Amino acid sequence: MATMLQKFPSSVSTLNDYNALYPDWTQREVSTGTTIMAVEFDGGVVMGADSRTTTGAYIANRVTDKLTPIHERIFCCRSGSAADTQAIADAVTYQLGFHSIELDEAPLVQTAASLFRDMCYRYREELMAGIIVAGWDRRRGGQVYTVPVGGMMTRQPVSVGGSGSSYIYGFVDSNYKPAMSKEECLKFTAEALTLAMERDGSSGGVVRLAVISEQGVERQVILGNQLPKFSTV
Amino acid sequence: MATVSVCKYYPGGFSFDNCKRNALLEADISKLGFSSPAARKTGTTICGVVYKDGVVLGADTRATEGMIVADKNCSKIHYISPNIYCCGAGTAADTEMTTQIISSNLELHSLSTGRLPRVATANRMLKQMLFRYQGYIGAALVLGGVDCNGPHLYSIYPHGSTDKLPYVTMGSGSLAAMAVFEDRYRPNMEEEEAKRLVRDAIAAGIFNDLGSGSNIDLCVITKGKVDYLRPHDVANKKGVREDKVYGHPVTGSYRYKHGTTGVLTKTVTPLNLEVVEESVQTMDTS
Repeated sequence: MATMLQKFPSSVSTLNDYNALYPDWTQREVSTGTTIMAVEFDGGVVMGADSRTTTGAYIANRVTDKLTPIHERIFCCRSGSAADTQAIADAVTYQLGFHSIELDEAPLVQTAASLFRDMCYRYREELMAGIIVAGWDRRRGGQVYTVPVGGMMTRQPVSVGGSGSSYIYGFVDSNYKPAMSKEECLKFTAEALTLAMERDGSSGGVVRLAVISEQGVERQVILGNQLPKFSTV
Repeated sequence: MATVSVCKYYPGGFSFDNCKRNALLEADISKLGFSSPAARKTGTTICGVVYKDGVVLGADTRATEGMIVADKNCSKIHYISPNIYCCGAGTAADTEMTTQIISSNLELHSLSTGRLPRVATANRMLKQMLFRYQGYIGAALVLGGVDCNGPHLYSIYPHGSTDKLPYVTMGSGSLAAMAVFEDRYRPNMEEEEAKRLVRDAIAAGIFNDLGSGSNIDLCVITKGKVDYLRPHDVANKKGVREDKVYGHPVTGSYRYKHGTTGVLTKTVTPLNLEVVEESVQTMDTS
């Protein structure tokens, strides 16, 4: 995903002659380039993300955890500006925690998604954040909601996001089948992310997976040498 | 009391109008041929590493103003609390003031809770402040410390994103330093090995990056103890001019013998001045 939009006339950036001393990536904003994905199955959701955060052409963090807990059984995948998504996630975590205490029960995934949507839509001019909210609640089971840049919110059985997602829409559309099992979803997610990471320069590192169900959260990491292999890559 | 003008209503949130104005002013100034004064940046190599008993923070000591070294021995490792220190890269004033503000707030927080502050608290305070200013505070920080949950190390970027990692580097020399870390970092190192690794990482930044130089400062933080080693290593020792015969240090002598420079022509022009007014003021010497 692209980094911060240039708001000022471009003549400003050529003024400072000491730009030669400080390379481009010291002044660029940190972006979670990214490929993120979430899939619903009967009984829960599978979420996956790559682990690369870039500042321009430099990888600022090669082991990022983009699957952020919002509540016990609700996670979000973050893509876009690292600062914006971290700040939004922190704010929503606080709001949802407060709401949950007031309610005296576990919050709904839709509530979390709505909180993200409210913030992303209200501040749409200032923010650069594409978020996938996924989790399990008692009322509707496993759910995936996508909140892309601009602040729309919609529920989808499978959702991909980030700069690397463009390369795997075909794979996802052709390989997704409704009513997959948990293991099939994990394999599907891992393969999709691997393909995206191979083709997108802003995605890479390791594959982080999380399965959220009534039993809780199981997290796993697939290291670079353990990724699924394809004939062309 | 009635006001002459009606106050403009500002919707909530920070107002960045002046930033647009400043950008246009800078563009105008350059058209006239002048350049606005450059802020002093700590070009910098800063880094930190988590080892067995705590964290080691390292920094170089050069502060630049454009292409000139403004300070050859500035201190980039700032105090946050007795168990937490923070290295700062970017605009020198921004890192200095930001760390001081958070240090002050953290002390009040610590008195209020009655506990030693946690590194995660300092991280939260810093990231929320930097995010509020949307990257206009040019402070890139490496925050490290030891609290009740063990040693922690964070890197904090000017826009307010943070990463919690076992080893981090920041600043213009961060690529050189990261190369050293990626080669030789191991989890659970001993103190001496960790200090040597950080020293070598900063040295890589000093020798391969123009924005970093001079000495290497180290700060070793463990449970209950902080070693602030300034300087830990003088990577570039400046030579002293010595007297050729006797070998003792000598400052330059600018006394030249008569006749060193030959006189070619001599012209005397008397200045005809007339005294217009003369006033005498006695000095009170009593």
